[in-house]
Amino acid sequence: MKHLDEYRDPALARRLLGELRATATRPWTVMEVCGGQTHTIVRQGIDELLPAGMRMIHGPGCPVCVTPLEIIDKALAIAARPEVIFTSYGDMLRVPGTSGDLVGLKARGADVRVVYSPLDAVRIARENPEREVVFLAVGFETTAPANAMAVLDAAKTGVTNFSVLVSHVLVPPAITTLLEAPDNQVRAFLAAGHVCAVMGWTEYEPIADHYGVPIVVTGFEPLDLLEGILMAVRQLETGRAVVENQYVRAVRRTGNTAARDAVAQVFRVTDRKWRGIGEIPASGLALDPAFAGFDADRRFATGDIVTRESPACIAGEILRGTRLPTDCQAYGTACTPRTPLGAPMVSSEGTCAAFHNAGRGLELR
Amino acid sequence: MSVEEDFPRGGIVDFDGLRRPVCLAYTPEAAVGDHVIVHVGFAISVVDEEEAARTLRVLRAMPDAIETELGS
Repeated sequence: MKHLDEYRDPALARRLLGELRATATRPWTVMEVCGGQTHTIVRQGIDELLPAGMRMIHGPGCPVCVTPLEIIDKALAIAARPEVIFTSYGDMLRVPGTSGDLVGLKARGADVRVVYSPLDAVRIARENPEREVVFLAVGFETTAPANAMAVLDAAKTGVTNFSVLVSHVLVPPAITTLLEAPDNQVRAFLAAGHVCAVMGWTEYEPIADHYGVPIVVTGFEPLDLLEGILMAVRQLETGRAVVENQYVRAVRRTGNTAARDAVAQVFRVTDRKWRGIGEIPASGLALDPAFAGFDADRRFATGDIVTRESPACIAGEILRGTRLPTDCQAYGTACTPRTPLGAPMVSSEGTCAAFHNAGRGLELR
Repeated sequence: MSVEEDFPRGGIVDFDGLRRPVCLAYTPEAAVGDHVIVHVGFAISVVDEEEAARTLRVLRAMPDAIETELGS
């Protein structure tokens, strides 16, 4: 398919690797923030082809992974109510809550439905006026415009039996938190192309400047990632630290204005807890008070929830990039994609699942 | 991609043979035949064909330095 085959061309990948080897004189450490990019890097073995000593650290850009346990537990409490049709993206269904997951709840008779887009959830609400339809609105800047449009659509068309359980997160505050950590090893970042397609990259400019880190807006195909890594290494080798755009075909500096406007209308910035990382100031989105009527948390008054994580799971260190999945005692034994102890083993964007799918370290278990 | 006029603006996107409805509210400039980047059922960006071709030209101009090293 156009734009896919071309950006997966092995001959061009070899040229980029050759250029990278000719450029890198030191063992640089680069983080790809996005879980989608992690999967491409691990599946294609890009991290194993890099110049000697150079390392990719896999970042926290997995929406399923960083959604706080409290939200999963609230989702379970709401989905268990008989009047509720609970809707979610498919990859949230197996995320372990304190006791069980949405798949288990569905097996016991709860009306849990997988949707492809939040607009499908609004349509289900329209078709089932006697039921309460709730959508689990999680994710980064990429999914926020979709959820904003779902709320705007429901408001405009008078769908009152629709609400959203919101736990949105924002990338730039997470990058800042990683850079502030005393044990930070990341020297450059690949910023997720799709986040920047929505938000642009102006928020990254003061970060690159203040912390002296190159940030390269990067696409998702193998050639995109190799070129993004090369652009970051060229900056590191010449002592520059600016935001550059590798994903020129899809991303503009100011992002998508229409999408940003809708997000700004429906949501406001709030402090947000990240699963495995903790609370990060101004790192999330919550519904604006003008749309409080669509807040599932308020509508169903789930109240205080007591949460408990699996003691064996090192998801927090995985998400901060300080340890690898293969460092975990439970990896590939007690914890597999079929029996996940933590969210990074569940999601199509989780680092543990990426390693497991590629068979990394499993021969030793 | 083809366009259907309603609220929110929608269209049909062909994902390598799989045709799906997609919301076009955030890409008002998208026209029939454009390539778009879709996330959770929403087109978030229209692919700039000239830039896509330019990136590939730059990559193709790089020397294939490690061809012999990898034995191919």
